Formats: sequence, C-alpha cells, structure tokens
Amino acid sequence: MTTPLSLFDKVWNAHAVRELPDGQTQLFIGLHLIHEVTSPQAFAMLHEMDLRVRFPGQTFATVDHIIPTDSQVRPLADELAEEMMVALEKNCRSHGIEFFDPASGHQGVVHVIGPELGLTQPGMTVACGDSHTSTHGAFGAIAFGIGTSQVRDVLATQCLAMAKPKLRRIEVDRVLGGGVYAKDVILHIIRKLGVKGGVGHAYEYAGATIEAMSMEERLTVCNMSIEGGARVGYINPDETAVEYLRGREFAPKDEAFERAADWWRSIASDEGAHYDDVVKIDAADISPTVTWGINPGQALGVVEPLPHMTQVPDADRPGFAEAMEFMGFRSGEPVAGTKIDVAFIGSCTNGRISDLREAAKVARKGHVAPGVRTYVVPGSQAVARQAEEEGLDEIFRAAGFDWREPGCSMCLAMNPDKLIGREMCASSSNRNFKGRQGSPTGRTLLMSPAMVAAAAIKGAVADVREVL
Amino acid sequence: MAAVVERVEGRGCVLRGNDIDTDRIIPARFLRCVTFDGLGEHAFEDDREQAKGDHALDQEQFAGARILIVGENFGCGSSREHAPQSLMRAGFGAFVGQSFAEIFAGNCTALGLPCVTLEPGDLATLMDSVELDPEQSLVLDLTARTISSRAGTMAAGVRDGTRMALLEGTWNATAVLLEAGDDIEQTGTRLPYVAGFPG
Ligand code: SF4
Repeated sequence: MTTPLSLFDKVWNAHAVRELPDGQTQLFIGLHLIHEVTSPQAFAMLHEMDLRVRFPGQTFATVDHIIPTDSQVRPLADELAEEMMVALEKNCRSHGIEFFDPASGHQGVVHVIGPELGLTQPGMTVACGDSHTSTHGAFGAIAFGIGTSQVRDVLATQCLAMAKPKLRRIEVDRVLGGGVYAKDVILHIIRKLGVKGGVGHAYEYAGATIEAMSMEERLTVCNMSIEGGARVGYINPDETAVEYLRGREFAPKDEAFERAADWWRSIASDEGAHYDDVVKIDAADISPTVTWGINPGQALGVVEPLPHMTQVPDADRPGFAEAMEFMGFRSGEPVAGTKIDVAFIGSCTNGRISDLREAAKVARKGHVAPGVRTYVVPGSQAVARQAEEEGLDEIFRAAGFDWREPGCSMCLAMNPDKLIGREMCASSSNRNFKGRQGSPTGRTLLMSPAMVAAAAIKGAVADVREVL
Repeated sequence: MAAVVERVEGRGCVLRGNDIDTDRIIPARFLRCVTFDGLGEHAFEDDREQAKGDHALDQEQFAGARILIVGENFGCGSSREHAPQSLMRAGFGAFVGQSFAEIFAGNCTALGLPCVTLEPGDLATLMDSVELDPEQSLVLDLTARTISSRAGTMAAGVRDGTRMALLEGTWNATAVLLEAGDDIEQTGTRLPYVAGFPG
C-alpha cells in the first residue's frame, strides 16, 4: 500500500526540481501571473542580469491596482499610472507575454481573471507578486504570493526557492444560516485562529460546509488565508471545480479535458493523509461578521457587543486599545448601528458575479442613504459584462449606487478611489489596516457584499438578515 | 554571487507595537512607481505624520540606526517588496523582533537583510536597553546566531535556510535556481498540464 498523501504533498513533489543546498526546495511554477505594481522592478533586475523570461507561455499579465474605475481611456489621467501601464505593455511585448489589457476584454483583478479564464487549474503551482495569490488555491492549486525579487526569480527560471510549510486542515461542518456567506466563514476562521495563527502553515479547508460551496465562494475563503497568516490556502478539487472549468477559454478541450479532470481528481488529498494539526469549526456558530478594528482578526458578529478591556487577554490589550481608539468604538456596544460614509463592493475577495448578485438582492430593497458615497466595482470586465447582461447594473443604479469599471479600486486606493479624512467605510475587501483605503485616518469595516449593500441603504452598519 | 552577510553592526532603533503591516511601512500611494529609488524617505510616512515627530524613525536618538527592533508579526499584509526596500533605503540592514510575517521575511532575505527573532523576555530586555542607551552598538552575528548589546549576548533565532543563504552569499536566488539547468525544463514538461494533457 502506498502512503496516503495530502494534495499539498502531491503537488509539491510533482513540482520539485531539486533540493537546494540550504534545505529549501526548488519548485517549478506552473502559472505565473503578473501585474503593473510588482513587476516593473523585476523586469529591470532581469535586464540587469541579461536574462530572458524562461517560460513566457506560462506567464500572463493584467492591469488592476492602478486602473481608474471611472474611465479606462488612455492615456490614463494619472501620469504615474500611465507610466506603469506603459512599462507593463513594453515588458510583455518584448518578452512575448500575453497581456490582458483593457482592450482585450479580459482585464480585471489578477485573482479574478485567472480563475474565470480557466488559467488556474487544480494541481498547479501558481505564483504572483501579490499576497492574495492564495485565492487560486480554491481549485486545489498551491498558490503563493511573492515579492518582486521572487517575481524576478520566476521570470528568469520559472522556479522559486521555497521552504515547505506545515499543513493544517480546517474542517467546517454543518449548514450556514441565512445571510451568512463565505466571507463570514473566513472572517470567523481568522477571528478564531488569529492573524498570525497561520504563519508557517498552509491551510487545507475541508468539511461539508466547504464542499457545499460554489467555486466563487471557495475563492473568497482561500483569498483571505493570508489575512490569517497562511501564505497558502487550498480546497481539494471535486466535481464543482471540474464543472466550473469545463468550457473555460484556457481550460483543456474535449478529450484532453476528460484526461485533465481525471488527473485533477487524483491529486486531491488521500483519506488518512498526514496533517500537522486539525481545527474544527461549526458553521452553525457563524453569524454575519464584521471587523471592528485595524487587523482582520479583530472581528465579531455584527450584533455582538464590543468587549471590555478586562475581557481581552493581556497580550492583546495594547492592540485592542489602539484599535478602539483609532476606530472610535466603545466597549459594550455592537458595530451594528455605526454610521458609514462610504460603501465599497468589489475586490478579489468579493468582486465576482455571485457577490454582485447577492448585493443586488439587498440593493433592490431600498435606496442608498443620503450622504453615503458608494462604489460598486466588478472584479473584471467579464464580471461587468455578465452583470450588465443580468441587469444588475440597472438595479444598483436605480438604488443610487455608483456602478464603476473593473479594478482593485478602494481595496487599496492606489487609483483615485479613496477615503477622505476619518471616513467610515463598509467594505467587501480584505484588509482594514490603518491607511489601507487611502486616507491615513480612514476607517474600514470588512464584511460580506450583501452586508455592505445593507449598510449603504441604511446609512449605518446593519444585520443583513433583517433586510433580506 | 551576492555578498556574504555574516554580521550586521550598528545602533538600534526601537519600534514598539505588534502586527505592524506593510500598508503602514509604505503606504500604497508610494507603490505608484517603476523603480524602488527614493522609497527610503517615505518609510512609515503616515504613521510618522500622525505621531508628529514622535515616531521611532524620527527620534533623534535613533538617527542613523542600522538595526530595527520590532514586536510580533512585523510586516504582515501585502507582498510588496517596497516595504523592506524602503526600510533598507532608510538605512536598516537587519531586523530583530519577536516574529515576522512570512512574505516580508522572504523579501528581506532576497535583499540580503536578515530577520532574526528573540524570545519575548530577551526582546523586552533589548528594547529597554536600546531605549536607555541608544548610542550603544549592537552586533548581530549570524555565524554564532547571537545578538550582542550592553544587555548581554542573546540567542537569535533564524531559519537554517535563510542563515545559510546569507552566510554563503546565495540570497539572490536567481543565480542558485539557474544552476538547475535543464532539470527545470524536464520537471516542467513532465507536468501533465504543461504538456497539454496528452493522450
Ligand atoms: S483587489 Fe485588493 S487584495 Fe485583491 S489584488 Fe487588488 S489590491 Fe490586492
């Protein structure tokens, strides 16, 4: 009998080129995604070393972080953004890399387009100069966020030097309640395990709740692995993953697809595979969740009262006090009822079509409250087209929401979409760090897209279950 | 081959607080660039502005420091290499803390900047000592895995692979990875998806 192996081990072993003298593994990278922010310096280093891109056919580019969401017309109004765009175009052209620019109709947030084009497949290693590369793990790929020097490594060698992390299985079982979404599941996991709980680990998400999720929901869960400290998070491929990929532009075709599907199924974790530890989560414990602080682990159920200092473990007290002061919250009160200034629906966490559908269901019930600024930003041009075909853009507009062009937008505010001063933002993105949304004193409340829509129409954070 | 990094010596700068993320180290608006040049002056810009001169990086006693001493989970958040690049350009050659976020630590290694960890007790002692006597010179010795200060010599944690890469000057991984030669193509083309799932 062969030893049962986890998906992680199988994929790792298949991609290991060799052991390096320092004990790390030289790992072949099957899919390399690049974008305008972390690649220009890597190409410059490549040129300095007089090297070429080793596997240009395994490398794909898009533009997402800096792109404005009011108009994608060139040249971009922001000169620095235009310069970054031009650099990416030039680098892709001179190295023969396919670039999904706005004219291609395939542009979008890098972690949205990889899956929707069928570029991301089970059993792959995926690397991208962006920490949310863990998103692609939803297909049963091992996907790493990397820095710019490592982007250079992958461009030059199609490999990374990696130390093998430990493996933790997170089993989520039972059925989610109404108004509870994949976003709530991952916020709950991070709340329980902490923002550094996953450091040195890869997460395998499993259990009935996860198995029942659509691919888009799985993408949301894997996306925020990094917020829990885990660089990699994945879900074993099953028929949901196979059917999602069937017919996608870059997925194998016809008989090759069936052969691919067999291989994909075969790389799922075996029964009895070894995990360094196992964590069990009961889906029935998860309620609509929001963050109240300045890291994604500072979260709680939207109607739960904020804790008092005395209820906080000693070690967390300085961070707790800092967050409460920055956010302007008081112990004993829930986040529900907090007035908001801005609502953002989008990002690689929650900018896919199913997210927009859920948010639109809520938007249909009312109208954006006076004084609330909104941004509904589809994750990609394909998502935007689909939404427009379904009339979601009309629903949003009719409810007073601002329907925008695709990009990262207010997730990190590198384009003109930003908070001003101490504005309070209900956001479907993934990070509530100080300054993340463009204003050093701006405040971010992370939540599901349906909850953001509910907050927009109420003018204050609300329990989405009361609106649905 | 990159330069060998065996020791980093110099004065320390104490930056207290846990979970300091990369958005704070270098706010996203400074990522609108095609080179890393000039990032040094923007390290912690928003935090510094809010601290109105009180931020560790602005305190006179820490001016010219080489070693940044931090708390837990330093560098969490995004993969932006702009974070260690800006700190390197602000003069730091090494980081000492209770723990580091993984991508941040990896980015540091790729730049030849060691991130080493201390036991919480030792870290508290070192922080106090440097705050009391910021003029003292600290020595991070990677060969011995120690950090020495007026507070004594403490054991410094560093991953074996990282330590070896720094000590042997192989932290620029591209050169090392290229040594695999054709084995790269062989591993790649053996993968069914690279080969196009042949029948
Ligand atoms: S949407 Fe946000 S997290 Fe995702 S790639 Fe863009 S900036 Fe990064």
